[in-house]
Parts: sequence; C-alpha cells; structure tokens
Amino acid sequence: MNVRTRATTWALGLSVLLAFVVVVSAGIGHVSIPPRTVARILLDALSVPVGVSFGGGISVPLVGTVPTPSLSLASPFDFSVPDTARIIVLSVRLPRILLASLVGFALATAGVVMQGFFRNPMADPSIIGVSSGAAVGAVATIALSLSVPFGLHGAAFASAVITAFVVYLLATENGRTPVATLLLAGVAVQTFLGAVISFLLLQAGESLRQVVFWLMGHLAGATWDEVTLLALVLPIPVGILLAYARDLNVLLLGEDDAQSLGIEVERTKRLLLATASVVTAAAVSVSGVIGFVGLVVPHMLRLVVGPDHRVLLPASALAGASFLVVTDTIARNGAAEIPVGVVTAALGAPFFLYLLRTREVHSP
Amino acid sequence: MSDPFAISTSEEPFETKPAISLDDVAVSLGGHTILDGLSVDVDSGTFVGLIGPNGAGKTTLLRTLNGALSPDQGTVHVAGEDIHTLSSKAASRLVATVPQTTQVSFDFPVREVVRMGRTPHRGRFDGWSDADEQAVDAAMERTTVTDLAERSVTEVSGGERQRVLIARAIAQETPVLLLDEPTASLDINHQVRTLELVSDLVGDGTTAVAAIHDLNLAAHYCDALVLLSEGRVLAAGDPTAVLTESNLKSAFDAEAVVSRHPVTGSVYVTALPTPSDDASGHVHVVGGGGTGARALHVLSAAGYALSAGALNEGDTDAEAARRVGADLVTVPPYAPVDDAAQAAVESRVEAADVTVVADVEIGDGNLANLEAALAAEYLVLVEERSFSERNYAGDDGRAVYERLKARARVVEPGELLSVVGELACESFGDSADSEVEVSATESKDSTTKPSGPAQSNQS
Repeated sequence: MNVRTRATTWALGLSVLLAFVVVVSAGIGHVSIPPRTVARILLDALSVPVGVSFGGGISVPLVGTVPTPSLSLASPFDFSVPDTARIIVLSVRLPRILLASLVGFALATAGVVMQGFFRNPMADPSIIGVSSGAAVGAVATIALSLSVPFGLHGAAFASAVITAFVVYLLATENGRTPVATLLLAGVAVQTFLGAVISFLLLQAGESLRQVVFWLMGHLAGATWDEVTLLALVLPIPVGILLAYARDLNVLLLGEDDAQSLGIEVERTKRLLLATASVVTAAAVSVSGVIGFVGLVVPHMLRLVVGPDHRVLLPASALAGASFLVVTDTIARNGAAEIPVGVVTAALGAPFFLYLLRTREVHSP
Repeated sequence: MSDPFAISTSEEPFETKPAISLDDVAVSLGGHTILDGLSVDVDSGTFVGLIGPNGAGKTTLLRTLNGALSPDQGTVHVAGEDIHTLSSKAASRLVATVPQTTQVSFDFPVREVVRMGRTPHRGRFDGWSDADEQAVDAAMERTTVTDLAERSVTEVSGGERQRVLIARAIAQETPVLLLDEPTASLDINHQVRTLELVSDLVGDGTTAVAAIHDLNLAAHYCDALVLLSEGRVLAAGDPTAVLTESNLKSAFDAEAVVSRHPVTGSVYVTALPTPSDDASGHVHVVGGGGTGARALHVLSAAGYALSAGALNEGDTDAEAARRVGADLVTVPPYAPVDDAAQAAVESRVEAADVTVVADVEIGDGNLANLEAALAAEYLVLVEERSFSERNYAGDDGRAVYERLKARARVVEPGELLSVVGELACESFGDSADSEVEVSATESKDSTTKPSGPAQSNQS
C-alpha cells in the first residue's frame, strides 16, 4: 500500500472515529440524549453552511446561539427533535466538544512535529516554552487585571509566541540552532517562567481560583467564538506542516544526512519551529495548559502507523482530537467538574510510564 | 597542472575540468582551525582515499565537500560549480554522502530510506515519478538490498545498513559520491564487499572520495590517496607515492614498515610497536623464507641490536633484516650456506646474548645455520610446527635439532619477546656486577609489556 493510500485510509478511519466520539459525547451529560437524536440534531445543523452560501460562518459566532433562522432554510434533513435537546447539544455541549477536538488536533499536530524535530519521542509541544509563555500572559492578565487587546486569549497567544522566539534566539548562534541547545534553553526559560507564574499567583488575591483553573487546562465555558477563532487560525499552519511531512521524515535521519539529501536544514527547522509554536500557542491560549496530549498521542500513533510523517501527522491530529473529546467528556461528567488537564495527565502519565518501561528501557 | 597535489590517473590532456577542485580551503570549527589551506583536485572517475590520523580533518573535509560546512577561506568546486553558492537541493544533486553508520532510532522500512535519496530530485508537491521508482529499484538491486525492502532499517545488520545507505546515495544519482569511513565497524567480508561496490561505481564513471581508516584497504582499492595531517595535505597521489615510511612517520607518528602484499601486490603497511629503548642486548635470529621476519620486527621494535643469517640474497627475511638494520650474513640466491658463511654466523651467535631460531624449514642447504646456533649460550626455538614437518635434512637435521632443543627454551611466537627478555637478563647477570643487575631487572619488566602481535594491521 503506498503512502498516499495509507494516509487517506487512516485519515478517513480516524475522521469517522472522531465523528462517532463527538456524537456520543454530545449525548452524555446531566441530561442524557440518545446518540440517534444527537445525530439528527447535528445533521440538521449541518445544513447551516449549506443553506447560507456566505456570511453564515460569521453570523454564527456573532449570534452566539446556533438555532438561528439558518436552520429553517432548505435543509436536506428536517428531523423533529425536542427543542431542549437541540439547545443543549448545539449551544451548550457542541462548542465545548468542538473546541476540545480542535485543541486536541492542534496539540497532537505540534507534538508530532516537535518529536520529529528533536528526534526525541519525549518531546512535546511545550518543550520550547510555549505553554509557560502562554501561562504567564494569561496569569498576568487575570491576576493583575490587565486590559489587553484581544483579551485573555490575545495576551496568552502573544506571550506564548514571544517566549518561543526568545528561546529560539537564545539557542541560535551564527545562524545555527542545535536542537540540544534549543532543548536546554527551553528548559531554562520554562523554569524561569515557572518562577514568574508562582510570583504572580501570590499577587493574584481573589482571582487565584480563576488563575489556577486556567493553568490546569480547561474547556468549560467554551464559546462558539473560541471555536471559530481556532478554526480560522489552524488551517494555514497545519497545512504548512503537512506540506513539510516529507522533510520531517528526512530530518529524522539526522541533520547532516538531511543536508546531504537537499534539505535546507536551518531554514526548515526555523519554519517548523515557528509553525508548530503558532499551532501550540493558538491551542493553549484558548484552553490553558493541557499536558500529555501532544506527548502521548503522537507516541501512541507512531506505534500503530509507523514513523512516516505523511501518515503520522494527519493520523495523530485526528486521534488527538478524539482523545481530547473523550477525556473532556470524562472531565465534565465527574462528581464535580474537573479541569481536563487533570484527566489527560491522569490518563497520559501512566501510559507514558508504560511506554517507558516496555519500549525505552529495552533500547540502549 | 601547477597544483602540486593534483590527482590524476588519466593521461588525457583534454580532461581539464576536475570533478572536485579545492582551492586553498580553510575551515575552523569552534575557533579551532581544522582545515588549513587545502588544495586538491580530483579527476572524475577516480576513487580517492582520504587517510590520516584521527583529528586530521578527514570528516571535516568531507562535510566541506558536500556543502554542510562553509569554508572560511577558499572555494570548493564540484563539477565546475561552486558548491557553497548552490542551494542545498542543487548541491545534493551533485554530491551524495554515505554517512558513517551509526545506531538508527527510527524504524523506516529499507525501501523508504532508499526513496529518501530522491529528495533532491523532487519538488515539494511533486508526486513519485517512474524515474524515481527506477532509480530506487536500480540502486537497491546494485547494493543487493532488494530482499530487505520491507524490513525495518533498525532490524537489518550493520553491513546491510551500510549497503542501504549506499543505495540511498546511488538513488541520488550524483556524479560525486562521498563516503565517511565506509568500512568502520564492518567485518572483513563486508569491508571488501563495500569497497568492491564503490570500485564498481567508480568504474561506471562516478567519482568517489572516501575517508578510510584502514591504510591497506585504502591502498588496495583507491586509485589515489590524500594523506591529511593537521589540516593539511601531507601527500597526495598514487598509493605507492603516498604510503611511504617517512610520510607515515610524520603523519601518524608511528613506526611502520611498507612492503608489497604478497597476494594482492598492493602497498602493504605494517605498524610496529613504538620502540622502547629499555631493552638492550644483542640477539641473533636464524630464519629464512619469511619465518624470521616477525621475530626481527618484534625484537627490533623492542630495542635489541640484531644480527641475522645466514640467508640467501633476496629471501624475505633478508629484506626484513635489512629493514630493521640487522647485521646480516648472506649467501648468493639458491646457494647453500658454505663454511665461510657458517663461521660468520658462528661468530655472531657467540657475540649475541640470545640466539633465536625461527620456525624455519631445514634442508641440507641451511643445516649449517643450526650447527652454528649450537655455539649459543642462550637459545630460543620458536615452534609453530613440529620440527619433523619442516625437516628436509633427514636424520642429520633431526640430530642437530635435538641437540639444540636440549638446551633451548621452546616458545610460541607470542612468547618470544618476553622469553628473550628473560634470557637477555640472565646473560647480563652472568657477566656483570650487581649494578647492572638493577638495570637488567628494569629491562625485564619493560620487555614483557609489548608482547602483542607485531604484524597486526595499521588500523
């Protein structure tokens, strides 16, 4: 089976899985809705982009609630569904579920790229300080009640990207960025930013709870605005990364080999780093720090589909989306709502240790 | 060509454009000058071996040749193009590099690794073309890795992995091929297969430059050698011209003997242990037909004054004896050892502290040597074969040998040096007072050290 066929097969299969997970997840909650009803609601809603040729995409976030006139447009499906179910699914659960899938998608994508880039399966999207940077921006905004353009998301995104850039500058000498130096610079900057965050926590006062909640990673209170934001931001960088999947393969052979095979190593590294950082920053700025998705999902998928990034990248992205939807469903259905970051870490860390014991221990 | 280090095996006057041309190239890494003004031309269709001690700059030179490192000074032209002004992609269509095989931590199938060799020929959004497929198939066939196509590159053996990497480089379809230590960490069979393969490629018109540690493999397979030392070209050209004892001495700081390999006829380098001046004494060696050469090398390296004979002119051992500067008794080729020669040998045996009889074949012609050895006070017989296997002098031969054996120490080749050391000490002890005894004890200690095989290859 050639690579293109394999990539398509995996992508299709995992898309179906994602759709299934979304439907099931949308039915689970305080009010239980059967999957069949959820599917009907979603199919009805699907006609939104079909019915409104343009403007629909924008009108949705502005309206905020989706059961809008667009639904009554000529829809291929017109199921009779109770309005309460429709509102619960479309206004309450769906934004959160879609946000989870987008964030999972982004983190897993960035994770694959970082692991390939560092030729190290222990790398994760925040390895060069993006998450810490986002956290500093967000925590500072909340704790010090700053008012910044584009609000909390803007602050987190900006500080995340700036942090990645600073780490890159620190690790670069004479136009070369050795990955080992980058890794160490990332660790150092993360440690430093950890201290800054601790200090800001002391200053947080009454907003402490809000800050901690953000830091743990959260998808509660997700809005269609956030979904739209991510849906608009992600396609371009993810597209770039997919276009560089073959280069990532060659980079896995080592930088000298990659150079001798015609890859402009430093330029490619710069581009991959910048793009993966933007993807991570976009995800983290809306959801807070959600650990282990970008570490465990690519690792897991590498075991299943192999190291070829042309298959691994789309497969991990879609699997990451499903993974985060599932973990967030668990997070919001516990005795009390817990941050999704807690669930991903609780599931991810044992799995990671399992990998460590079964695989890494044996390879010298 | 005015360049003193132009390497050319073809006499073709029109072939003026070399495949590779380095002009006054200097490279420094981390503030250290690694290459210091190199100028070398390599003609197309030649196999050039890059030799030199560790740290001489071989790998750095290869990395400069493929464009990975930019020189601080000077230019590198490959096929007429300044390699450092080209994009990585364009450079990779001119130069393919076979890296040193190291542990790989990714498990791509073998075929996928070879396919990566096509990277410089493909645009970002290009599909996989028939030409690509053909190049990959041909490269895999050539290196006989077709059967491994679906195996993971982490599962195959070191020799196979080396061939996979060569296949990747062949799939790159470049006029110039660089190899960094292609034989390091391979067994002898794979070393030969690898270099035969490169030779074949060169026969088809590829220009190959390989850093090779093993001087004898380099001498045998390469059309020309470049000897690097401290970032400079010490010598370049035909292997015989490059691999001289004085060049090796100044590049490697090693005592080596350069001879012709008896089977291949190539230049053959034998490294000797560094002489220790502690051992002293005079040793006479009775050998012949190459049986004494080893003893002569080992004892010379250990610092003994040597004499040898009697030997026929032209005998391998006679050459060996001359090389180590031994006092040599000879007789004409094919002539028996006559009375005069026997007397000459006897006088040397008497003067010697220790006499060594190598594992030599004894016939009527050289029985006189054994008789002369009877005069020795301290005697060592080296036995690899039993005497009866190498006795062509009948009962006379057996009788003399029995007499020798009655008073001799019989040793294996590996024990020779330490036993000679012991006996030399005793010899001193017989004639000297306690003051000499001290230094003799020292000498005993030191001679036990370099007892390893002396004829191991330089590697």
